[in-house]
Amino acid sequence: MLTTKQVEEIAHTARLALREGEAKEFTRQLNQVLEKAQILQQLKTEGLAPTINPLPLTNVLRRDKVTGSLPRDLALANAPDHYGGCFRVPRIIE
Amino acid sequence: MQDWETVIGLEVHVALLTKSKLFCGCSTEYGAAPNSQTCPVCLGHPGGLPVLNEQALEYAIKAGLALNCRINYSCKFDRKQYFYPDMAKNYQISQDDQPLCSQGYVDLDVEGERKRIRINRAHLEEDAGKLTHEGDLVGAPSSLVDSNRCGVPLLEIVTEPDISSPAEARLFLNKLWNIIRYTGVSDCKMEEGSMRCDANISLRPRGSQGLGTKTELKNLNSFRAVERGLAFEAERQARLLAAGERVLQETRLWDVEAGVTRGMRSKEGAHDYRYFPEPNLPPLSLDAAWLERVSQTMPELPAAREERFIRELGLSPYDAEVLVAAREVADYFEEVLQHFSGAKAAANWVMGELLGRLKKDGLEIADCPVSPQHLANLLALQEKGQISSKMAKGVFEEMFNTGKDPKAIVKEKGLVQITDVDALKAVVDKVLSANPQSVEDYKGGKDRAFGFLVGQVMKETRGRANPQLVTKLLKERL
Amino acid sequence: MELWQQPAHKLQKLLSEGEIGARELTVAHLKRLREVEPQIQSFITLTEEAALRQAAQIDERREAGEKMPPLSGIPMALKDNFCVQGLPTTCGSKMLKDYVAVYDATVQRRLRRAGAVLLGKTNMDEFAMGSTTEYSAYHISKNPWDTGRVPGGSSGGSAAAVAAGEVTFTLGTDTGGSIRQPAAFCGIVGLKPTYGRVSRSGVMAYASSLDQVGPLTRDVTDAALLLNVISGQDPLDSTTAPEDVPDYGKFLRRDVAGLRIGVPREYFRGAEEGVAAAVYGGIKLLEKRGAVVEETSLLSPDYCSNAYYIIAAAEASSNLACIDGVRYGYRAQADNLQDMYLESRGLLGPEVRRRIILGTYVLSGDAYKTYYLQAQRVRTLVREDFNKAWERYDLLITPTSPTTAPEIGAGIGGPLNLYPRDDYNVSANLAGLPALSLPCGLSQGLPVGMQLIGKPFAEGLLLQVAYSLEQETEYHKVLPDVVTADSEGVV
Repeated sequence: MLTTKQVEEIAHTARLALREGEAKEFTRQLNQVLEKAQILQQLKTEGLAPTINPLPLTNVLRRDKVTGSLPRDLALANAPDHYGGCFRVPRIIE
Repeated sequence: MQDWETVIGLEVHVALLTKSKLFCGCSTEYGAAPNSQTCPVCLGHPGGLPVLNEQALEYAIKAGLALNCRINYSCKFDRKQYFYPDMAKNYQISQDDQPLCSQGYVDLDVEGERKRIRINRAHLEEDAGKLTHEGDLVGAPSSLVDSNRCGVPLLEIVTEPDISSPAEARLFLNKLWNIIRYTGVSDCKMEEGSMRCDANISLRPRGSQGLGTKTELKNLNSFRAVERGLAFEAERQARLLAAGERVLQETRLWDVEAGVTRGMRSKEGAHDYRYFPEPNLPPLSLDAAWLERVSQTMPELPAAREERFIRELGLSPYDAEVLVAAREVADYFEEVLQHFSGAKAAANWVMGELLGRLKKDGLEIADCPVSPQHLANLLALQEKGQISSKMAKGVFEEMFNTGKDPKAIVKEKGLVQITDVDALKAVVDKVLSANPQSVEDYKGGKDRAFGFLVGQVMKETRGRANPQLVTKLLKERL
Repeated sequence: MELWQQPAHKLQKLLSEGEIGARELTVAHLKRLREVEPQIQSFITLTEEAALRQAAQIDERREAGEKMPPLSGIPMALKDNFCVQGLPTTCGSKMLKDYVAVYDATVQRRLRRAGAVLLGKTNMDEFAMGSTTEYSAYHISKNPWDTGRVPGGSSGGSAAAVAAGEVTFTLGTDTGGSIRQPAAFCGIVGLKPTYGRVSRSGVMAYASSLDQVGPLTRDVTDAALLLNVISGQDPLDSTTAPEDVPDYGKFLRRDVAGLRIGVPREYFRGAEEGVAAAVYGGIKLLEKRGAVVEETSLLSPDYCSNAYYIIAAAEASSNLACIDGVRYGYRAQADNLQDMYLESRGLLGPEVRRRIILGTYVLSGDAYKTYYLQAQRVRTLVREDFNKAWERYDLLITPTSPTTAPEIGAGIGGPLNLYPRDDYNVSANLAGLPALSLPCGLSQGLPVGMQLIGKPFAEGLLLQVAYSLEQETEYHKVLPDVVTADSEGVV
């Protein structure tokens, strides 16, 4: 069972601000989901490899060739803030 | 300090010398204008998908083989997740539980004994971008992100905690640097960030087996910084432990100017990177044929080359080690030998005159104005006695300054050594008759007078006389 | 019959025979669009001017005697998670309200090369998380059959636009039914191809190992036509399959006699009576044409949907980390980076944040093994379960959805699908199988979809069976009667 505090911590890890009352509401809902998901434990899966991707491909590679980049204006076009060709972000406090 | 044993493990990142990035077709060239080498994939735009660079994979395998690693036939990529603005997707594509290479080693020569440093793993991952701050990291009003480096292929090499001193750490790094450069997969320039090193260090009571609390050292920007930073940190931990205090498990930054390490403000608890398999990249399935193909491109590695220099060329172990310590020097040396067969003389010249002269001008051997062929020509001239060793040094200086063939220089300046006995006899006679006093002195037992007479002959011939011949002729006449 | 009512293959003929021009066709659709859009609200962005320009160019080229590619002049729209350079790509989110794509999705490049004319970008649940369009940050799209009902989702705008005749076809994405379910609710054909059949490059990811791009069309022939254009390996997507792309049109007229069809009973248990009846009715028609039908059993859809929710949330939590306001997207004013991240991403709707939190949790610490790894292993079970079925059957048939389109606000697909009905769609995503939804009847005046599931890369067979059934019915010809805005005032 997840506690409200845990949900708040997870939200922080995922960098999501929660609104008033959401932590509690989400906790209740997530616990319901996780409880339902318990039925997966009924299935015998020992020794089964997980399916990371349903397509059985291996070794998909590209040749080492420079195929070009975005024009810099375009790379920066959607930036909320940029300076000197760089994306600018507010100060970093660890 | 003598009560404690130092335990060090290193994490070294080397940037692989591919033309394009690990997962997209952007150039990896160093020094481009900020964000001019980016695309939807490395900028983490909606819909950008990674496609693995084959060359990066082959380079990583090559480095792994050179480090005596096992290459794992089955491996995959994983996402390592944390928010930081230098990482466009806020996750890094790396390898978690199935690295490409594992269980390797590098042998060091520590005070005449062989010491094996085990490599735990070496895996492929993408680099992050560059973050610069206006002023300090803390306190800067804002930070700037250049994503050109985002997605450059890195090989992360992790050692076991087998290193027992800061000096040994430096020795290991030097050796690693040389091996990787021999393979040609990275230029390993610490100043450009194409080789980076983090270190884990802890102390334990001498003779005990357990591990003490470690700190992680970052911002080690040169081999010297690695050694100095670790030395400082070892002292610091020893002081704490001696005082009965606890070492805090943390990341510390080496401040090169102040010569101290400083703890970073501790992050919120231990990091859980929430690794999970990258669904956008099918797994790798390698086989013996793959390794064979990569092995075929493997050059002779330093250890083998050193041995060959001793065994086949008859060089001293010391000479062999010096020559092999940088691939380009050994390559140069061997190219000289393509045109000149005296290995010992060639080794002396390369290690002495050549490296000395380069160092004087602050040049790398790659920028050397004297080609190996020209140096070989010079050595041949000297060997045949056409010029004296003294003349050779003068000619070499000229070659270094002009890049000319020594044959041309010798010809231009009329520098051919006089070995014609009759011609020299005449000069000797002339000198003897002009210096009767010296002749007397010599006959009276003053050896110094003989040297003066030799000098006079050389002066008369503008240094071109064969010294051995001059000596012989003088002795005959006197 | 109005131009906007016709399928692409018919329009193709009219265009190539010079009966109509591309511009004329675009104008006809734009007119229809203006009439019905106020009621249906399928779109987030319209590109009328560019469409008219593009259509005019196609006319010129045709007049100049050029041999035209297959979709030349056919009006279409893309779900708003496909990147089209220079156009907004919002993914139904306020976070990307002002985001203008910097490149084209591979499928858009292929469609443009084939001559399709883009009329706009269609509405969707935010980042494709939802099954009604009620989680769009912009507006709710309405079901053209009953504007009091949802069109389904997350490709709800795409389905509604086709059903309402605003465009001839659209593309959508399907992570857990997001093409098939809205196609069923809106009475059109929706195809989710085999995982790896169609490139995902340039399409905003929801869950990378489940997502697949596919067409929503008026009939089966159009689905084949579209699949021909968009399928095939893409050097920009490592998970596209190297398998050859056949001419899917060639499958359509093949006989279905002797084909073995399995009908898994678990996929009917939760279905409404009217839905089950319509699907069984369709199955009967296939039997009449000589298909061999047998009831069979598959792993309960309940297991599938639980595994699906965990995997999808896990991958989404990672895929959506890039939406952070650093390089693009909404940025909240904040004094420091940490708060900037938190407040900017706080703009994501509650459903998106819920799923990210779930996904973040199931990838952390011990939960990784309990939930994520177990779900990925169950996924292997699901694949094995299907593989057993393929030993006996050429394809499987189920209802696409247990219900017809619910009313707006009824709460289906509510928070994290907490009150879900049985989910018949996700098993095909988990196993990466092709699945097609075909209109097979009406239940209380609302369309019912039949889901055909096939082996990997058996799209041809699905199209063949669907086409065969289509020949026996008129459902693909029935268009909803949208009450249009009166002529006054609506431009």
